[in-house]
Amino acid sequence: MNDNMESVLPLLTPEPWSFGELFEAFRQAPMYHLIFEGLLIIFIIRLLLSKSYSIQSKMVLTEKEKDQLIEEWTPEPLVPKLPDDYEPIKYRTVTQQGGSMLTVDGKQGINLGTFNFLGMLGRKETADAAVKSLKKYGVGTCGPRGFYGTMDVHLDFEERIAKFFGMEMGILYSYGFSTVASCIPAYSKRGDIIFCDEGVCFAVQMGLLASRSQIKFFKHNDMEDLERLLEEQVIEDKKNPKKAKKTRKFMVVEGLYTNTGQITPINKLVEFKYKYKVRIFLDESMSFGVLGKTGHGVTEHFGIDVTDIDLISACMENSLGTLGGFCVGSKYVVDHQRLSGLGYCFSASLPPMLASAAMAALDIMEDDPTMASRLQARSEHVHEELAKIAEMKVAGDPVAPIKHLYVRETGDKTRQEIMKLLELIVNMAMDEGVVLTTACYLEEEEAFLPPPSIRVAVNIAPTEDQLAMSLQVIQKVASEVLQNEV
Amino acid sequence: MVLLRGSATAMQKPECELEKNGVVAGLKTKMANGIERSAVQNGAVNGIMANGDTVHQINGLRNGSTTVCNGDMNGHLKIQTEAKKPDATATTQRTLASKFEETFEETPLHIALITYFGFLVLILVGYIKEHLWRWGILKKPGSKESSKLNDFVPLFSDFVNFFGRNIYMRGRDCGHIPVAGVPGAQFDIMEYSTPDYNWTLNLTGNIKRSVNLGSYNYLGFAENSGPRSAQVEVATKTYGSGICSPRRELGNLSIHTELDRLVTRFTGKEDAVTFAMGFATNALNMPSLIGKGCLVVSDKLNHASIVLGTRLSGAVVRIFEHNDMESLEKVLRNAIVDGQPRSHRPWKKILIVVEGIYSMEGSIVRLPEVVALKKKYKCYLYLDEAHSIGAMGHSGRGIVEYFGVNIDDIDVMMGTFSKSFGACGGYLAGSKDLIARIRSKSHSAAYGAPMAPPVVQQVLASMRTIMGEDGTSIGVNRISRLAWNTQYFRYRLREMGFIFYGNQDSPVVPLLIYVPAKVPAFSRMCRKRGLGIVVCVFPATPLVESRARICLSANHTKEMLDKALEIISEVGDLLNCKLSKLPKPVPREWNDQPPLEEE
Repeated sequence: MNDNMESVLPLLTPEPWSFGELFEAFRQAPMYHLIFEGLLIIFIIRLLLSKSYSIQSKMVLTEKEKDQLIEEWTPEPLVPKLPDDYEPIKYRTVTQQGGSMLTVDGKQGINLGTFNFLGMLGRKETADAAVKSLKKYGVGTCGPRGFYGTMDVHLDFEERIAKFFGMEMGILYSYGFSTVASCIPAYSKRGDIIFCDEGVCFAVQMGLLASRSQIKFFKHNDMEDLERLLEEQVIEDKKNPKKAKKTRKFMVVEGLYTNTGQITPINKLVEFKYKYKVRIFLDESMSFGVLGKTGHGVTEHFGIDVTDIDLISACMENSLGTLGGFCVGSKYVVDHQRLSGLGYCFSASLPPMLASAAMAALDIMEDDPTMASRLQARSEHVHEELAKIAEMKVAGDPVAPIKHLYVRETGDKTRQEIMKLLELIVNMAMDEGVVLTTACYLEEEEAFLPPPSIRVAVNIAPTEDQLAMSLQVIQKVASEVLQNEV
Repeated sequence: MVLLRGSATAMQKPECELEKNGVVAGLKTKMANGIERSAVQNGAVNGIMANGDTVHQINGLRNGSTTVCNGDMNGHLKIQTEAKKPDATATTQRTLASKFEETFEETPLHIALITYFGFLVLILVGYIKEHLWRWGILKKPGSKESSKLNDFVPLFSDFVNFFGRNIYMRGRDCGHIPVAGVPGAQFDIMEYSTPDYNWTLNLTGNIKRSVNLGSYNYLGFAENSGPRSAQVEVATKTYGSGICSPRRELGNLSIHTELDRLVTRFTGKEDAVTFAMGFATNALNMPSLIGKGCLVVSDKLNHASIVLGTRLSGAVVRIFEHNDMESLEKVLRNAIVDGQPRSHRPWKKILIVVEGIYSMEGSIVRLPEVVALKKKYKCYLYLDEAHSIGAMGHSGRGIVEYFGVNIDDIDVMMGTFSKSFGACGGYLAGSKDLIARIRSKSHSAAYGAPMAPPVVQQVLASMRTIMGEDGTSIGVNRISRLAWNTQYFRYRLREMGFIFYGNQDSPVVPLLIYVPAKVPAFSRMCRKRGLGIVVCVFPATPLVESRARICLSANHTKEMLDKALEIISEVGDLLNCKLSKLPKPVPREWNDQPPLEEE
């Protein structure tokens, strides 16, 4: 027994293997064996690396259980039930417009409320051009631009507006709001970066949202803050140069901000453009026809070369006194929108009669290039006069025709209470023959909600006397209302 | 890969059948308006499909991939027919049509192969050209970016550039064709010439009078003279041609209020509100109805404005197959059972979004079934009647009237004025609360300009004409003419052997061309012979299904239609486009086209 044990023992206790023997065994082993072991090793590694296997978390429901769930689900109403005492928003009714006067809710007054800066709405020339066009083209075009919705008027206008700006190509949209909201997402895609001013209007905000790009807001008109963001981006780019090579960058600004009346320092932005390789998209909805010596916009105001701006968009509802919008830029840039501008491709084109009216307005602007400087002089005067109201603060660049009147001492009043006061001023001014309006914002939707204000829009239609009278009214009414309140 | 996916679908079919039969049976009893799916017809010509595939199959078959994979390649077609029970209201609605019939004939295999091959050649040639341009062997045509911007990140991705330069450029002269005048039943097409294969297009100054099968002028209200035009002229002179303030500030003219009221009466809802652009009506108002925590269940082929509107709203979107009720039900069931992604909280609300007539397919939404599902799953329904308002229903009230669906079952009714009314803009109609909310929340009412006065007047005038409030029967006359033209045109196309899609009552007729090289040829040859027609390719359509689109108008006379049909037939012969395997229709007698009533 013992003997047996001894003879077997050496077989059972393994001798220490030398490296050489290990190699030899490896060499002699058959191929299938090696493959098998290799697979085993891979399997073990996989087991080690994989997370503990998941217990199936998704319970499969029976149809009956599903039905029950569906039965139990109670959706919210499509719109919240309005309270019984809810007062629906009532639009003021305008029965006459154009020229210096506006009739609102049956009361006629001098217009300082609508963006009819150059008084184009109400000029006989624009209306006549529209009627002439109506007799040739009718009203609607019954198709988007790509599908027989292009009339020769559209092509003429595009050429004309591009020439006016000194750009290569123009593109015409059928709605001002959709112009800027469509042209931003046509270029800036997911993964791109947009540097945007906090003060941009809602249409631009919608464009930013639709683009799904990364948005970096800089403080309103604060070039240092913008430069800080750009510098940060440079550092970021150095960390990941591969990504930076594919990330397009844009600065989106307005020439003249609807929400604040401030002018964007475009000369500084052009400097940044070449320094940091960021393209500029400029919305000139408010500044076109208004700024610059001959109304060519903010680029003329600062005396910079317009071709340094990559894309200029504008709506035609302000200076041109009609409807629609356009973009101008180099052919390379603008042509892209004919396939990618959502509001361009998928919408019926602008009624030709409105394009004709806009063309007539351009004619007037070119015939009388002093309009813009007259407007600026008048704006400065209005600015001085409005600044005399002790209870209110006037905001906006002196030469800009948009003036925001804020309540100076708000105390602990809520936004609603201030709005009520402003509405009161507007209503009282209307009784005295001056049409004003408060600036309307969607309070919950705005990215940076501006404070409540009365927005005065200076225009060149009223005579000097009319203007002087209306400024007196504003001063008087504002003091009357606010003196007792604050 | 495509092949695999296709066969998987084919294998799952029997299961689907079972489930669907159950669902549909459930629906059948619930339909209130008397439409019942009584006959499910299997129109397979060669009868290979023995398992009674019904309409939901059509969608699967249409995307080209399944064409190759189904195993039966003889180009059979499936028609789904819904016979209607005689019903007091329904019979008056559809005088010409008694059946809900939609056809989507399958792509013949050899054509599908040729089409793929065509694209392959296009891409290959494009690829070679791109390289020749890059190496400087060929001079690169077209515009370049300013040299100042050389070290900027390129503005466009390579693919966008490639598509634009090598595929779109070849047919560039077939889009954006300028028209010199009113887009009526006939219009003046301006001719292009190009010295360098479409890279530059110059107007020659020649004008060709052509039959217009391209504009959405369904009721012929695109007109430059007559009583409506006179009204527009007066409005322009009274109010001017624009508005310089948003509606919530100082942009609401008295005629806007008047139009809101008229649209309310026209649609039959409690209240309505109008906007200056149809696209913006969807894109800028959907966010005031839905938001985070809400689900939008949207048809696969819904318009870009709806897609944008849902994107801006922040709601989650689920897509169902085009007009496929089984797919819709599946999406709804799963959505409610699973709740919101990740958190699994129940959805706040679910909004189903469908269009009345799909402008690229010519199909009509299965509204009664959608309404039944909407009720079953407690969802809300948003109906976009951009193409159907005015054009469908015996008095032009759109798809709701066509089916005789109860108006209260549609929560949000949307429509545009740029088609049947010959103007531009759009409206939303619904309950008082809904419209009150939209008025207070709408982006375009707060920040955008309202409709221009002449446009408002055009809509007022044409809508009153449709409603017969101008003291004439012109509206009804035009609607009946449109219906006649639709029947006649579709019948003749079938007779000629073209493959075309859509509902037999739809005035939009997509005519399939398939092969990419034939598409611009079709357009050019038609234009040369005096016919204006719209052609579309990928990405507006699926890759294989390039098509020409025909929009009929009440103002087309029979002579114009015959001329157009003759041209289409001739071009179709030349380009070998008559590919239908369907049996020729039964010969029928045609009553005279209702004469056009003059003012």
